[in-house]
Amino acid sequence: MGLSRLNGLNDDELVEELKEISRKCRVEIIKMVYRAQAGHPGGSLSEIDLLTALYATTLNVNPKEPKWNDRDRFVLSKGHASPGMYSILAEMGFISHEDLESYRVLGGVCQGHVDMKHTPGVDFSAGSLGMGLSFGLGCSFAAKFDGSNRNCYVMLGDGEIQEGSVWEAMMAARHHELGNLKVILDCNRIQNDDFVESQMRMFNIPEKWSSFGWNVKEIDGHDMYQIIEGMRWLNENNDLPSVLIANTIKGKGVSYMEDNPKFHGAAPNEEQYSKALMELGEAI
Amino acid sequence: MSDFAASRDGYGHALISMSEDPKLVVLEADLGKSTKSCWFREKFPERTISCGIGEQNMMLVAAGLASSGYKPFASTFAIFTERAFEQIRNGIARPNLPVHICGSHGGTHTGTDGSSAQSIEDLAIYRALPNMTVMHPCDDYSTQQLTMKLLNHNSPSYTRTARNKTPRIYEINDPRLEIGKGVLLKSGSDVAIIACGVMVSKSIEAAKKLSEMGVDAAVVDMHTLKPLDESLVYELASGCKGIVTVEDHSVIGGLGGAVAEYLSESKPTILRRVGVRDRFGESGQAEEMLELLSISTKDIIESALDIVKME
Ligand SMILES: Cc1ncc(C[n+]2csc(CCOP(=O)(O)OP(=O)(O)O)c2C)c(N)n1
Ligand SMILES: [Mg+2]
Repeated sequence: MGLSRLNGLNDDELVEELKEISRKCRVEIIKMVYRAQAGHPGGSLSEIDLLTALYATTLNVNPKEPKWNDRDRFVLSKGHASPGMYSILAEMGFISHEDLESYRVLGGVCQGHVDMKHTPGVDFSAGSLGMGLSFGLGCSFAAKFDGSNRNCYVMLGDGEIQEGSVWEAMMAARHHELGNLKVILDCNRIQNDDFVESQMRMFNIPEKWSSFGWNVKEIDGHDMYQIIEGMRWLNENNDLPSVLIANTIKGKGVSYMEDNPKFHGAAPNEEQYSKALMELGEAI
Repeated sequence: MSDFAASRDGYGHALISMSEDPKLVVLEADLGKSTKSCWFREKFPERTISCGIGEQNMMLVAAGLASSGYKPFASTFAIFTERAFEQIRNGIARPNLPVHICGSHGGTHTGTDGSSAQSIEDLAIYRALPNMTVMHPCDDYSTQQLTMKLLNHNSPSYTRTARNKTPRIYEINDPRLEIGKGVLLKSGSDVAIIACGVMVSKSIEAAKKLSEMGVDAAVVDMHTLKPLDESLVYELASGCKGIVTVEDHSVIGGLGGAVAEYLSESKPTILRRVGVRDRFGESGQAEEMLELLSISTKDIIESALDIVKME
């Protein structure tokens, strides 16, 4: 499971390794969005620490055999945050680093929104919000019918859970007691137009999931110790569906993007680009 | 005429222009910055309802408002209106409630998000609904003018707008613009090109090149797909050898479908439909997409020549 070179490390060493992987991913995210002059940096930067830990320590997948039937499934429901996913897929070896240059380019491996028909390692064609949890539920049923102990992980955005069908899926997952369904919720407090608070207040999100009968755990989505703890928690709880609620910062790692609704879906200009790479410890 | 503008801006301007009507209510679903309802929200926050990322809810909230005498204008991306198709069908069209839906970023001539965001079927599905008026104007001025006419339009409508700037076709307040009436932008006697949306400017371009080749092509902006301006189509079919329909949409059920349905029953005529041929798009620049999907200026010219050369 995960990256074999990380096996046997103690938590301190593991955290250092993961931090370096996610730093490199952040650099790739910025490069992709800059090259394309389009795309979604904010939600990619908020999710990337979580995705890094998920892929590098937890997800049972094999880059050499991306369609292996007994792999864990990962559904990026907030599919606009594709640069984050592409960057970790490249780190894991599902796609090459050159493939990242095809982001949003005609005929590219890396479509604007994650697309299972174009990219090895992508299990769900996203782009329309609020669809991933239902799809993941289907994957979880399939695992159960197969008698397999594989899991399905779904990454949701805090804006997209405003879609009503997400709550239909939450209800159904609990009703059917699909303990192999595991959600990571990227609570970066911002959606497309503005802050979640101004668009549609969600009030107490953990309480809402609890009241639907899910196992709930809240973490700081940028504290790598808490994240690996969270991943372990997800894997230990197999009785009922579980949600890891990660409090994150949209645009995390690039000062002017942090907590800034403008960088939900905007590319940096040349000057901003250099500044971002510098802040991420990358020489141009 | 050489200016460039995006039709979605026309929607934003129209909302502001209509603000004097106290019954106007604007609804959005976290895409106001894209559909341009954000301009209205800035000025009239108390008459703007944020529905979050919840299109299904938005459509029925609009229906409830309309049933109570308000004039709701609801917008999101064309593709995400489709998320609420059944709500629109049963909650808006069936009771004939005057809810005005605007789907922006329609078609493939849009950003580089890829196929999930490229609606190539919206015009077809809304055309299929009784009571619905369906429009797809070609520039900001015509969008503004036609949208403003919806304020006193007593049945539901769907208007598709586009994301990208394309050549402006009209002057402001063009008297020819009426819902349900196509506009003859250029007359011609060999072949008639009937287009909508971003493909209108491409069709004008094609007609210019055709005339250099000695082919006299008429160009019509058929901004209203439903009700179709049948008498204009009849006239064109009578005066030309054949018709080419052009749309950034599937050839199934949209403008080409509407014209084909009418002609085959009422005035059999040679027809070529330029549109998306039953496939999805992908990420790429807008112009690349038109080429990939065979709906570029070149394809319009070829279709016209095809008709002209027929025995
Ligand atoms: C059904 C649907 N409606 C609207 C959109 C347009 N859209 C793209 S991203 C986005 C905001 C998403 O916010 P959130 O889920 O919080 O994601 P994140 O903050 O992680 O980027 C919106 C409204 C969409 N992709 N799908
Ligand atoms: Mg968010």
